[in-house]
Amino acid sequence: MIRPLFNRSILLVCLWILSAKSFATLTIDITQGVEGAMPIAIVPFEWKGKEPLPEDVSGIIRSDLHRSGRFAPINDDDLISRPHEGKQVNFTDWRVLEIDNLIIGKIDLNKKGEYQIQFQLFDVIKGSQITGYSINTDAKGLRRTAHRISDIIYEALMGIRGAFDTRIAYVTLTKTSNGKKIYNLAVADADGVNEKIIFKSAQPVLSPSWSPDGKHLAYVAYSRGRPELYVQNIHTRRTKRISSYQGLNNAPAWSPNGKYLAMTLSKDGNAEIYILDIASNKLGRITNNYAIDTEPTWLPDGKGLIFTSDRGGGPQLYQIGVSGLQSSGKVKRLTYEGTYNARASVSPDGKKVVMVHRADRKFHIAVLDLKTEHFTILTESELDESPSFAPNGSMIIFATEYENQGVLSAVSVDGRAKQRLSLKEGDVREPAWSPFKSR
Amino acid sequence: MRRIINLVLVLGMVLTLGACASASKDDDDLVQVGGTEGVGSENANSMQSLDDPSSPLSKRVIYFEFDSSTIQSDYQELISAHAAYLVENPDVSIVLEGHADERGTREYNIALGERRAKAVRQLMTLQGVTEKQLQVISFGEERPVALGHDESAWSLNRRVEILYSGQ
Repeated sequence: MIRPLFNRSILLVCLWILSAKSFATLTIDITQGVEGAMPIAIVPFEWKGKEPLPEDVSGIIRSDLHRSGRFAPINDDDLISRPHEGKQVNFTDWRVLEIDNLIIGKIDLNKKGEYQIQFQLFDVIKGSQITGYSINTDAKGLRRTAHRISDIIYEALMGIRGAFDTRIAYVTLTKTSNGKKIYNLAVADADGVNEKIIFKSAQPVLSPSWSPDGKHLAYVAYSRGRPELYVQNIHTRRTKRISSYQGLNNAPAWSPNGKYLAMTLSKDGNAEIYILDIASNKLGRITNNYAIDTEPTWLPDGKGLIFTSDRGGGPQLYQIGVSGLQSSGKVKRLTYEGTYNARASVSPDGKKVVMVHRADRKFHIAVLDLKTEHFTILTESELDESPSFAPNGSMIIFATEYENQGVLSAVSVDGRAKQRLSLKEGDVREPAWSPFKSR
Repeated sequence: MRRIINLVLVLGMVLTLGACASASKDDDDLVQVGGTEGVGSENANSMQSLDDPSSPLSKRVIYFEFDSSTIQSDYQELISAHAAYLVENPDVSIVLEGHADERGTREYNIALGERRAKAVRQLMTLQGVTEKQLQVISFGEERPVALGHDESAWSLNRRVEILYSGQ
């Protein structure tokens, strides 16, 4: 048996500032698992404290890995033993369960009163440790630390960074006791927990777009009776109105370098794409066509936009090069499948584009591989919209209807794993997956 | 509520301008109608005809096909009636509110709603209504009037509403 060693230790200083204790309002249902997901055992982490742990750390890791669709955690009842340290692991026993990997850990309070979480990930077949860390955090950071451990495990096994320690922004539509509609712009952890409402309005709110540093959201609000663009700091809640021209001020999209916002304005006639330089407030017009041009989204290198236009008759996706506040090169049509392809979201590696696609009078999420031009419909639901890639490109979150309620749904990029995030009452829509937090 | 404001407005016009102005206190737009010099019986009658259910002016919604902003011929008469009224009453202004059904994407639908409203605006300006009388706002699919998920609901939601100031 190989004696496990900790590769290195890292200390995580958690700057996560939580306001009052918040409760999960979104609940997640896994609606489709993945055949062939990697079986994995997660032994509940040992905790000898008198008080129960404020967060079920290993439970969070377990549900993170399950949600990804890549892993099939075995039931706690099926665990043949409950080791907490490497020397307690008998690999021969675990091989009987036909699992590939095993996660164990323990949590102690250190002298500073912080939680010290040790965990190890083992390759059961080889009988060796793949990775292991010791992480210190205060109570407020426990949940985030659990997501970071999930990220480390995901990266160690899948070869790409996990996206568990990220957030989603979305809009909920709820009703007050006297029946008044309220639009809420909310930010929550990627698992729907820790929801915070950062903006409320009796008028429509839509199209949140994350700044690349994950600190700001740009969005459309009808607070003054018509669409205008706002930028808000999600921590301080400070808000600035940044575009208020006559007509449309819509569809904001933050550039990868954080300097520009692409948007749709109709001040010069009809819906056209513009780029705003946020610091100088200078505006450049990118499209010029009698048709609708809207829903711009940036290519990851910041050198081009993909947008929706009905210049060919119905809405389709087009690509245009941009340099600073100007367009460069010709407009290129990207989609030809069917009569309706709109609202693109580009994968972080720039290789895939997801969109809303109409097929057989229903609206699904579809993915186009830009290189092979392979086109795949990912969903069976009917009123799908607003797809948004996870920052690691593994999942796509989108809005749909389920039993007459607006819900969010997430699908793996191969269409195999699916889950639904819904409210007890009211609609949830317009999801936008945040960028990675800085490590 | 609109009806009550309108009743107060018409009464105000018939009585005195002063009464009208006080009825308008809560809504600046009302002043455009009531505060005009020489408001007489003709304008008051015209305002009444806006609410006369037998008048073409009582029809205020234009419906569209899916993903289309083409105005169907059935609505030419309705639009012309409002255009004629607006030409006759240059101090009256309207909002053309564009809407779409829930299908497809929200931002595209906002642009589509705007294009529908602008199609109505263009017909009206061709008939002599001034641009400043016509304000276009699009809500896309954000403000459905019918909440179902079938064609009977969708067909009611693909629309341009004509909203008179103060009504």
